[in-house]
Amino acid sequence: MDLRFTSEEQEFRQEVRSFIAANLDQETHASMLAGHRPSKDQIVAWQRVLNKKGWATVDWPAEFGGTGWNIIRRHIFREEVQAYPAPEPLAFGVYMVGPVIITFGNEDQKKKFLPRIANLDDWWCQGFSEPGSGSDLASLKTAARRDGDHYIVNGQKTWTTYAQYADWIFCLVRTNPQAAKPQEGISFLLIDMKSPGLTVRPIVTVDGGREINEVFFDDVKVPIENLVGVENRGWDCAKFLLSNERVNTARIGATKERLRRLKKLAAEAQEGGRPLIEDQSFAEKLADLEIELKALEITQLRVLANENKNGKGKPDPASSVLKLRGTELQQRITELTLQAAGPHGLVGENLDAPLGHNEDEIAPEWMRLAAPTYFNTRKVTIYGGSNEIQRNIIAKQILGL
Amino acid sequence: MDFDLSDEQRLLRDNVERLSAPTEAAPQGTAWSRERWKQFAELGLLALPFDEADGGLGWGAVETMIVMEAFGKGLVREPYLSTVVIGGGLVRHGCGDAVRKELAGRIASGELVVAFAHVEREARHELADVALSARKTTEGFVLDGVKSVVPHGDEAELLFVSARTGGERHARDGISLFRIDAKAKGVTRRAYGLADGTPGAEVRLDNVVVSADMLVGEVGKALPLIERVTDEAIAALCAEAVGVMSVMCDMTVSYLKTRKQFGRPIGAFQALQHRAADMFIGLEQARSMAVYATMMATENDPAQRSAAISAAKVTIGRNGRFIGEQAVQLHGGIGMTMEYRLGAYFKRMTSIGLMFGDADHHLRKVAKAGGLEQITA
Repeated sequence: MDLRFTSEEQEFRQEVRSFIAANLDQETHASMLAGHRPSKDQIVAWQRVLNKKGWATVDWPAEFGGTGWNIIRRHIFREEVQAYPAPEPLAFGVYMVGPVIITFGNEDQKKKFLPRIANLDDWWCQGFSEPGSGSDLASLKTAARRDGDHYIVNGQKTWTTYAQYADWIFCLVRTNPQAAKPQEGISFLLIDMKSPGLTVRPIVTVDGGREINEVFFDDVKVPIENLVGVENRGWDCAKFLLSNERVNTARIGATKERLRRLKKLAAEAQEGGRPLIEDQSFAEKLADLEIELKALEITQLRVLANENKNGKGKPDPASSVLKLRGTELQQRITELTLQAAGPHGLVGENLDAPLGHNEDEIAPEWMRLAAPTYFNTRKVTIYGGSNEIQRNIIAKQILGL
Repeated sequence: MDFDLSDEQRLLRDNVERLSAPTEAAPQGTAWSRERWKQFAELGLLALPFDEADGGLGWGAVETMIVMEAFGKGLVREPYLSTVVIGGGLVRHGCGDAVRKELAGRIASGELVVAFAHVEREARHELADVALSARKTTEGFVLDGVKSVVPHGDEAELLFVSARTGGERHARDGISLFRIDAKAKGVTRRAYGLADGTPGAEVRLDNVVVSADMLVGEVGKALPLIERVTDEAIAALCAEAVGVMSVMCDMTVSYLKTRKQFGRPIGAFQALQHRAADMFIGLEQARSMAVYATMMATENDPAQRSAAISAAKVTIGRNGRFIGEQAVQLHGGIGMTMEYRLGAYFKRMTSIGLMFGDADHHLRKVAKAGGLEQITA
């Protein structure tokens, strides 16, 4: 038992960090440091830099363009990208539909889609949730009726992140309404966003941001070769995808980066003539957060080490712990940042606004972003299976209740 | 990066778990078994941390963690922490060659029980708050004062006593450490049981005369040694706590599956499922921090070591209290009885939470240190 990283692993970390420093666009970095989300163009540009280097899809098997790194190196890579911070891969492609196609797809689908995911030639979005199907995902109603060599899709998806940019959407659709169990009549379909009958309508979130959408399907024709895996067995793909998602939503590296930044900001912000960070109550809240983050970091390494030992494709049910605590910590950091901003946290700004404008600033940028970031981050305990659903998973799958 | 135990370590764990299997009923009174202590000695557990040159096994913090977690599961009350972890630590890091060899041998054989007499009534959790005085004389020192909470102080043959040889009451400088024979003239002990039934004592020293060679280390410079050994003790306690918590979680989950109300197992109710899930999360996070404390207990930089150990104690203190309280709550009335084993674990967890500083004390320490990762920019 040894928790320290080996000197090879430390060298590897340095190599990743140097590569990011030498190759990430400065403007992208500055904008992300300030707390903005990377734009579509910034995400695409960075993904192509990584793809050129061979680091676009590090978690995929080597035969499909993965790096062949072990789980520790992949962890280090992910942490460095998050902590720098640089744009993370578009999860819907690299972490979600890519692994599903690799695991359940046929040769044609692999050839057609995987290289375009790696290079972000196709922007993917996720068609799971529906107005009537959130936590109870298997109750979904969007229907796909077989008509010759096509499916005819009718229904509605919602909360679809970045559908406005998407070239493709992967969807759970109902292909057998008569199945004995709701899970047994579902299929996993890939749908071209340019298909006639498909429309996207934006949903503005509480922070004023434009991330999510509704997607409507009105007699959308989808060729049957876009079915992944076996008809009516799409639930297997969904479960596989969701357990991968739980590992990725912990985002510990990103929270570390936000915590480092918050410590600096709290050293600059004044309260009663003293730096806020010297206020005992605030300093203890920060320490508390950092301690829980350290515990989670080690829990994550334990989960990864276990998965490494037990073989690929079998996510540890303890990954629910990561999703739960990881998202709670992401939220707490935004709460503390808003608290640090003080009254200037009232001076709002849109997260999608471009960095740096020439008007006189009413408040520093980090203060203007604190409230919208806090509002927006409430989503993390809801998506990817709400934290209450994660508790159900722990109770049932781990504790056997 | 490697979380696996070696074959040797797995064997150690299995042996210790076998030797420390818990009894069916809750332990009563404050008794512990000299016979089991002898079995520990035969298995080499009492020689565990000492150098091979001193007749020890030369094992480290990971092995101590393995032993302590098993002791936590078995509610072992034998004086391992006080004799081998703390006493052994003071011997290894503080005593000169001849004394170290002699004491290591006597501890390893099971002949010597050691207690650390440090806590005083006014001091709360502050290690530097030492008032018991040691006056220098021509022959040695005269010690005068009271140590109020001394685990296993009732039966220990050897006491390590901290005393002030100079400086103000809270000063870091001026604290010295002495080896005191518990039967020395002027030493009186009032035995009592700690909250969880571990035996303890108040130790009173009335002008106890000791020779100069009973001083451990340099005069007035004992605090760094005390801090180091305390950090090692906290790391060991964190591992014990994980054992205690894991049993409370297991007992609770199994009770939720068997206890029926409203015609079904109470574990079918979501309110209780979510509580159990939160207990599980608390246990996993505590386990991670116990591993962290184990790794950091041997860190050379005292500031880094101390912040890490404090962080672990915060997690253990909070999560241990949560798991203990919820375990009793979810068991209902049966969890309140003296007879049922759960209560004994709950009480042990409470004691661990109070020993060497509670969660708030250690959170303050981490906050004061600027966190685990200091920002220099």
